Amino acid sequence: MASRLISVIAVLAVTGLIFGPVVALLAFGGGLSWPVAADWQALRFTLLQATLSAAFSVALAIPTARALARRQFIGRGILITLLGAPFILPVIVAVLGLLAVFGQSGLLNSALAPFGLSLNIYGLHGVVIAHVFFNLPLATRMILQGWLAIPAERFRLASSLGLSSGQIFRSLEWPLLRAVAPSAFVVIFVICLSSFAVALTLGGGPKATTLELSIYQTLRFDFDVAHAVMLALLQLSLALAAGAMSLRFAAKQRFGAAMDRIIPRWDARSWPLVLQDFACIGLVAAFLLLPLAMVVVKGAPTLLDLGNVWPAVWHSLTVALASTALCLIWALPLANRVGEWVALCGIALSPLVLGMGLFLILRPYVSPLSVALPVTAVVNALMALPFAVRILRPEAEVIQSDYHRLSTALGLNGFVWLRRVFLPRLRRPIGFAAGLTAALSMGDLGVIALFADPDRVTLPLYIYRLMGAYRMEQAAGAALLLLMLSLALFWVFDRGGRANAAT
Amino acid sequence: MLQLDNIRFRQGAFELSADLTVAKGRRTAIIGPSGAGKSTLLDLISGFQTPQVGRILVDGQDVTQSAPGDRPVAILFQDNNLFPHLTIGQNLTLAMRPKSGRAQSGDEERIDAALDQVGLAGFQKRRPEALSGGQRSRAALARVLLQDRPILLLDEPFSALGPALRQEMADLICSLTAPTGTTAIMVTHDVGDARRFAEDIILVDDGTVYPPKTAEDLLKNPPKALRDYIGT
Repeated sequence: MASRLISVIAVLAVTGLIFGPVVALLAFGGGLSWPVAADWQALRFTLLQATLSAAFSVALAIPTARALARRQFIGRGILITLLGAPFILPVIVAVLGLLAVFGQSGLLNSALAPFGLSLNIYGLHGVVIAHVFFNLPLATRMILQGWLAIPAERFRLASSLGLSSGQIFRSLEWPLLRAVAPSAFVVIFVICLSSFAVALTLGGGPKATTLELSIYQTLRFDFDVAHAVMLALLQLSLALAAGAMSLRFAAKQRFGAAMDRIIPRWDARSWPLVLQDFACIGLVAAFLLLPLAMVVVKGAPTLLDLGNVWPAVWHSLTVALASTALCLIWALPLANRVGEWVALCGIALSPLVLGMGLFLILRPYVSPLSVALPVTAVVNALMALPFAVRILRPEAEVIQSDYHRLSTALGLNGFVWLRRVFLPRLRRPIGFAAGLTAALSMGDLGVIALFADPDRVTLPLYIYRLMGAYRMEQAAGAALLLLMLSLALFWVFDRGGRANAAT
Repeated sequence: MLQLDNIRFRQGAFELSADLTVAKGRRTAIIGPSGAGKSTLLDLISGFQTPQVGRILVDGQDVTQSAPGDRPVAILFQDNNLFPHLTIGQNLTLAMRPKSGRAQSGDEERIDAALDQVGLAGFQKRRPEALSGGQRSRAALARVLLQDRPILLLDEPFSALGPALRQEMADLICSLTAPTGTTAIMVTHDVGDARRFAEDIILVDDGTVYPPKTAEDLLKNPPKALRDYIGT
């Protein structure tokens, strides 16, 4: 009974936090304004960049996934693990890395300069490049999972029939891609719809502003609450439409699925194909690793000379730990079918929409600026919740189905069951979920930007302000610090779940 | 003594009725084809299911509405009888102290004695994964010994064991339950297991539970339902 009560409380808390802000937005009495031309422009840009980002990510992921599926090479395992890393990589760190490669004085422009060519990263292509950087790995993993799900026997059969590579593509690979690629496209499209930090740093200007970004700009710079509410409602309807579309696909994704299998391919031994595969793997690896390497190279000299970065570090760490605790407290009782739906509702809301709603709720009582950090912790916990629930649920259900009868037959009380059976057996996924949540929250640059005053700055926001002040050396050092802290948080929690973990 | 007093249980299209008494200390097998209702019957006795009609009495006491852990009944499942992340000693402590989870003084000695009885002396610190299949069955048996309930239910507990181990376990259960007067009731689909183990047999066929008959009589003159099942 007690555990049932806890579940109900968790459901109420989460739904309240999700729908409360929405109700606050809908009930806003300040008189809504109608969208102006700039708002339609923002909507168009949001849709355009999301479409391009998803299309490029999927198009590049297909040959990469195929190469990874059929080639064995040293470092393959590490590369596949690295494909999971962008998930916990702070956006601002990646942006600094991409600037170091594609920026005005970056590697690429230095190489192009002798030919009189140059690339300006700010604007649509910069936003798309950053989104591809983040989502190409996701698409590759999704498609690779699909590839590895083709039974090896089919490739043996194809080989014994003497099918050519083209024939195999038509009979085995094309049906797979038709099933997986659209869902990868939709998932990435939806993620990019609510892009804020990338647009904030690489977009901007009337021609490259997403809806999320205009909510922020309208509230922070124009102080026009009514207009910001209208934008938030626009973003909300967009996200709901896209969310409904993506629900069909979202459920198929899984975390940590085994990808160490390699498909033996007798047809792919010709030199052109080997060359094609390794060129593809090499280019993608360079695209992903060069920016990160540049963060390290550029950041290392100033890492020990960061000035007054510590208050921001402290804020970020406390926010990250608080949202991790909050997220787990919600996720554990929600690790079931109903709970997964509840948690998914949060994904339909973008951080800025949630933040805008919370801003309206809090405004009559406190200065929203004074609660910037708690609000950020809550919003980050909600944003990580669907992932945490998805990680915990399969194992939680196995524990229930395997040991619930035994526990009932023994008459274990709820507390003993929780402490001696449920939590110890769930330790690994709890550690993994906590690591993801902590790292996501550590690197978050979203709702904090909406609320923060100069006294309550998190590390990502601190870095953003350094960039705005053109103090790029210090920004690079702080970015390296942020990267190290995010990875360390993830590592500590994930490791804590594994160490001495009983099987 | 276990009484199923005019029990009716319905779940979807499936219906089960039972009206019978198992005498105290009788080793009884429940046999019948799969889907006939053997497991349902065991669920009703152990409390995982509640009948819509009728009462279940143990030594005259009505337990129909009691939760599984509160019944004077211990149960050995087909598998998952021990928590794999706990040592054998911790598993046994949990079985004795389900409400607090902590050992009390004297518990350790009782655990030592029970492990001794099943031939696993000194296994307290091991985890189930470090045990063979037969040893795991014995450890589970130590668990039900320590629970010390007048009725022991066994749900095809030997299905994963080879023939020699089956005989050994059947003998062990006989020798452990006889002195305490424990009523052991075992579900099996294997007539050989029933013959090895049981004094009485309860036949379940298509939702009907027949009252127990001595194994000897029943196997000598099998009714039609049993003949159909055995195939002779």
